[in-house]
Amino acid sequence: MSDLPLILGIESSCDETGVALVRGCELLGDSVASSVDQHVRFGGVVPEVASRAHLEAMTPTVRRALDSAGAKLSDVDAIAVTAGPGLAGALLVGVSAAKAYSMALGKPLYGVNHLVGHVAVDQLEHGPLPKPAIALLVSGGHTSLLLVNDLATDVVSLGDTVDDAAGEAYDKVARLLELPYPGGPPIDKAAQKGNAKAMRFPRGKWGDGTYDFSFSGLKTAVARHVEDADRQGLPLVVADIAAAFQESVVDVLTRKAVDACVEHGVSTLVISGGVAANSALRALAEQRCRDAGIELRVPRPRLCTDNGAMIAALGAEVVAAGLPPSALDLATDTSLPVESPLAT
Amino acid sequence: MLLLAFDTATPAVTAAIGESAPDGAFTLRAGASSVDARRHGELLSPTVQRLTEEAGVTLADLDAIAVGIGPGPYTGLRVGLATAHALADALGVPCHGVTTLDALAFATGRTEPFLAMTDARRKEVFWARYDDRLTRVGEVGVARPAELDTGGLPLVGDGARMYAEVLGAGTADPAPLHPDAAAMAELALLRLSRGVELPAPNPLYLRRPDAVVPGAPKKVRQWVK
Ligand SMILES: [Zn+2]
Repeated sequence: MSDLPLILGIESSCDETGVALVRGCELLGDSVASSVDQHVRFGGVVPEVASRAHLEAMTPTVRRALDSAGAKLSDVDAIAVTAGPGLAGALLVGVSAAKAYSMALGKPLYGVNHLVGHVAVDQLEHGPLPKPAIALLVSGGHTSLLLVNDLATDVVSLGDTVDDAAGEAYDKVARLLELPYPGGPPIDKAAQKGNAKAMRFPRGKWGDGTYDFSFSGLKTAVARHVEDADRQGLPLVVADIAAAFQESVVDVLTRKAVDACVEHGVSTLVISGGVAANSALRALAEQRCRDAGIELRVPRPRLCTDNGAMIAALGAEVVAAGLPPSALDLATDTSLPVESPLAT
Repeated sequence: MLLLAFDTATPAVTAAIGESAPDGAFTLRAGASSVDARRHGELLSPTVQRLTEEAGVTLADLDAIAVGIGPGPYTGLRVGLATAHALADALGVPCHGVTTLDALAFATGRTEPFLAMTDARRKEVFWARYDDRLTRVGEVGVARPAELDTGGLPLVGDGARMYAEVLGAGTADPAPLHPDAAAMAELALLRLSRGVELPAPNPLYLRRPDAVVPGAPKKVRQWVK
């Protein structure tokens, strides 16, 4: 194993500054500094606040990651960094730092795709990913269904959200229910005590023959329900609303993911991203994958959220595939398409 | 002492490698500037790489780094700071901050009082007052040009050029418009040789982030009163 290159991965696309060291499919050490606490009162990530936090956290996070891996910078063989998609100012901090480390160490730089990183990280948990695989990425920033033929060279987008990301819908509904931000964990918790059948919310783009998603209609339906109850002076049964909302989200997500596996004859589904930790999503995905004979792979929660390990894991794949490094004039790309695992 | 200086707090990306002899004499080994407000992140590292080749040195030969800490538009500013922090971390050398307006002021060579100002966007300028090229009076600030009392002093920098009409007298000769890392390197080495402590390499933002705490959710039913 030790003849494989040591990859330093740097992530700064949203509100987590993540750095990790990976060799092949082995995570040797990582560190994440989050600015989430600074965004709470704004009910969402404030780009300028996130960018400021990245700059402050970057080199200390690199140091902590090295310490946790028991490695020195001089041991690093290549540097991988998120080139996109993500917030412009946030991405620039990580890419600027990565270029500087690359120059100073004389080691190659690889600007990689954040979305594909979310899939690659599963290799650190469950070993090499079977080819092909279907991946469902669900977080505050993304809701994507991907056909992954090869992590480094061949990823196809099957569908995406046409409006809000799944995690964003959680945040907005949490606000309606006066639950804290980020909305995922409190809604998940409330839902466990609720009756999902107490009401039925719409399933956006259900059975429309695409792998796209839509959550804004669902959010509006919840808002309407809350307003109506308010107007009629009825008590708000938060647990039931949370459970019914959550069921609507995970029903569409898991159905489309399993449909994609069946249609493409793929027997492995990876679910990653911050929302992958959601208990209802996991439970329904497990059941439907079992019924369809599909192997379900969900990395542990710490690896599902944004981190440097996902970027280092993809960097390791890109290096192993023999792809050329990125040039020092590598540009960030806030909407880097998932078809580009390596930015050029 | 071999020092790499760069600044990305204005539309310019400027970098230089300078050297000070034991007697304090300054030699510019290599320097380059380009003006492209949208490509700091793409331009800075290749420029630094090229300058080391031109100067016939490697990054490992550097004794210190000096970086412009602004004030300046934040996204560009952070490119320089993130680069400087990481270089210093990887090379194990000290990293010093230089106020961008101080570098601009130093490059004027002026011996009489003046104001230096750069574009702060949103119809404002970042500014500071100097008694001469080396001596700033007070802190750097951000202001609307019309509300700035220039005292009729000469004004330099791109901010003076942009708002010449509002600022009136003093804007006749606003050069240099942007900071030059060659001057920044010389200024940093001069201060270091005199034992003057340079600022930490942290950004001078001067403004809070724009962010509003959300109010109550918008009503979705139009007829709800
Ligand atoms: Zn993500």
